[in-house]
Amino acid sequence: MITPPVIDDEALLAFAAEIGPRDPVVVRGGGTQWDVGGAPNGDVREVRAPSGIVEYRPDEMTVCVRAGTTVAELHAALAENGQRTALPDGSGLPDGSGLPDGSGWPDGSGWPDGSGLPDGSGLPDGSGRPDGSGLPDGSGPCGSSPSTVGGAIAVGRSPVTRLGDGHLRDAVLQLHYVAADGRLVTAGGPTVKNVSGFDMCRILVGSLGTLGCIGDVILRTRPIPEHEQWAKLDDIEPQIVLNTVKTATAVLWDGSAVWARLAGHQVDVEDDLARLPDAPETPPPELPPFRWSRRPKDLYRLGEETGRFVAEIGVGVVHCERPDPDPPPIPAGVAALNRRVRDLFDPDRRFNPGRSVERT
Amino acid sequence: MRLGRRNRQGGARHDRTDRCVADLVGALGPERVRADGAARHLASADASMFSDGTAGPVCFPDSTEHVQAVMRVAASHDRAVLPRGAGSGLSGGAAPLGDPIVVSTTRMNRVLEVDAEDRVAWVQPGVVNLDLSRQVAPLGLHFAPDPSSQQVCTIGGNVANNSGGPHCLAYGVTSAHVLAVEVVLSSGEAVVLGGLDAEPSGYDLRGAFVGSEGMFGIATKIAVRLTPDPESIKTLLLSFDSVADAAATVGAVIASGLVPAAVEMMDQRCVAAVEDFVQAGYPREAAAVLLIEVDGLSRGVEADTRKVAEIGRAHGGNVRVAADEEERALLWKGRKSAFGAIARVAPDYYLHDTVVPRSKLVEVLKAVYEIVDRHDLVAVNVFHAGDGNLHPLLAYDSRQPGANERVAAAGQEILEVSLAVGGVLSGEHGIGVEKRDFMEFQFTAADLEQQALLRRSFDPHCRLNPGKVLPSAHSCADVASLSASRPDGVWG
Repeated sequence: MITPPVIDDEALLAFAAEIGPRDPVVVRGGGTQWDVGGAPNGDVREVRAPSGIVEYRPDEMTVCVRAGTTVAELHAALAENGQRTALPDGSGLPDGSGLPDGSGWPDGSGWPDGSGLPDGSGLPDGSGRPDGSGLPDGSGPCGSSPSTVGGAIAVGRSPVTRLGDGHLRDAVLQLHYVAADGRLVTAGGPTVKNVSGFDMCRILVGSLGTLGCIGDVILRTRPIPEHEQWAKLDDIEPQIVLNTVKTATAVLWDGSAVWARLAGHQVDVEDDLARLPDAPETPPPELPPFRWSRRPKDLYRLGEETGRFVAEIGVGVVHCERPDPDPPPIPAGVAALNRRVRDLFDPDRRFNPGRSVERT
Repeated sequence: MRLGRRNRQGGARHDRTDRCVADLVGALGPERVRADGAARHLASADASMFSDGTAGPVCFPDSTEHVQAVMRVAASHDRAVLPRGAGSGLSGGAAPLGDPIVVSTTRMNRVLEVDAEDRVAWVQPGVVNLDLSRQVAPLGLHFAPDPSSQQVCTIGGNVANNSGGPHCLAYGVTSAHVLAVEVVLSSGEAVVLGGLDAEPSGYDLRGAFVGSEGMFGIATKIAVRLTPDPESIKTLLLSFDSVADAAATVGAVIASGLVPAAVEMMDQRCVAAVEDFVQAGYPREAAAVLLIEVDGLSRGVEADTRKVAEIGRAHGGNVRVAADEEERALLWKGRKSAFGAIARVAPDYYLHDTVVPRSKLVEVLKAVYEIVDRHDLVAVNVFHAGDGNLHPLLAYDSRQPGANERVAAAGQEILEVSLAVGGVLSGEHGIGVEKRDFMEFQFTAADLEQQALLRRSFDPHCRLNPGKVLPSAHSCADVASLSASRPDGVWG
């Protein structure tokens, strides 16, 4: 009889041992999205996931990476083979974990100027960029974000290029996580296609570390497009840009101007640009810190309450200056299901006590 | 044909069943409940080899409220419930174990709303996959998942199985195209999982539900993402003197940084059968052919077409690019007719489904040929090479003594070979009954217990489609009605 693959990565086994079968615990990543779902209770033991790339198979378009690895480091390694993942790395993009100008971190996680690195992991000189090669277009200066693979997956928020690159959750093929009883568990499988058993990866992505502690992950990689650039358009309906610009991987709108990120064959991007009025290559504005979730069509009905905003057209995420005063409600039946999931996976609420997936 | 054991329980529960039927009729009306032998017989098997139970009463709800009513009646009688779409599944997911109440979605076949601006459609679960794409075609949109059974399979079934298809290589499987699902839980409560807003809060219950093989709830409304039609499509037919050259071409195409819309492979036996059947214009002398499709904007597609052709020729392939839509349709007709064509090889076939790393395709195909030869069977290979999704089709004649056993033994060996090289049990057909007892080959006890927790979060009493996916040791207290009739190990 065939037996399941044995997990023999010592870093992973040590991580499981450190988490153990009891006591409250929380895994800290880069801390760039630490406030999502509320901060955990103060007295909780903090653990860090192991880091490093375990196995990169460019021909399979998959990479196995430990959760504590920074997304920037992962993407720098993948870029050597012209690939990356759908995870946010802050590079060249105005959102998520990094800031376009390196002027500070929006969550106060302790890196006041972006000039230093939390632990220098993977970055030889701490100069702010791993080596330049991990940046898809080098279009904007950015600090090397400390955000980790595990953190990005636990929070589950895609970068602004979700429109074209797909949702982050669809890039997760397999996870190893430590369950509340301390055992290491495999969710999903290593291949790009897999329907063997229930889709456990989905419930872990975006679970904010409340169901299991992610140790490593196999991600689907994608080729970096031949050409990528931002183009700014004034006096145009964002919906028209969405429908016209076939190579758009992001369409951002601040209520007056539109920024489209065009990606693909150079010739296709040229053809798209030829269809548009004057569209200079201009990076988008910095994203305000709060994130609202809307239906794409409702983006055109935003009122004064947003303050300055940047909306992801076709997706529905709105980056605002203020918290959402009117988030979509969670129906009672869904709330009960959420509760049941957490009760069964972590009956003692030892993972991330105080933090909730319903408070985002 | 059946590989498992026949249901031995017979009609021991007539009185109980009669009361249950009466309650169902009371709730739905007589025209929506069938308890006669013919209706139950029709609902007692799917397109797999498994038919070990007999469907109980078969319900044909029109609405969410009807499905809720069925669930409540089932709970009051402690009966299992089995959702059923087109019954085209290949792993026994819709084949009853015991005598569950069957909920057929055939009458819930309306496209409720199409929102072209947000590219979303709300559909009922019984809508046929291809019908949806046809209906939204005038808007320049389509539903991307395209399983080979798309002319009959339903969106509800696609959700239950997280279905794939040739074009999921570039576009992703069903899960990536489902935004929200209205689900009736076993309690009778209806909930909407996911949502049309960008980032619904809470756990991704939508994602957990997709692919749950009818065991977490019954989908009654599904919000699917519609994909804009590509501006330009090119289909290439590449033929090779060896399977190894074809497989190496697949690897080289992917490594070149190109993600084609589809990469399908057929071996010589498949090509011969297809040519006899539909004359698709495939070269009979080739050891293997690849059907590669690239799509996108015109000039990029031209560049990609040239690149694929160059790579193919560099690996010794002959390359033909479909000149027009007619030729393109014919090439795809050949691919999609493959299973029908196999009927010319032998009267029965078993269609396998495993996934292996692309780099192991040649090695595993070699092993497949060796295994089937040893078991005196014929293997025809037609599969999604781009994502390593093998579909060896074992052709045989079930009238021959011992044929079923040989198919079962060969099937298991192919699974073992696939897992040994780092593959998985199923790429798109699901586990159902067929591979339930092999789950322990891929997953540890801890893994399976976590999967059982997820199931119990949705269905604490394990009333929905009991006995599937999870081996019995990891299944919760499946309703008592099942224990008498659960088949032994699937392969006998």
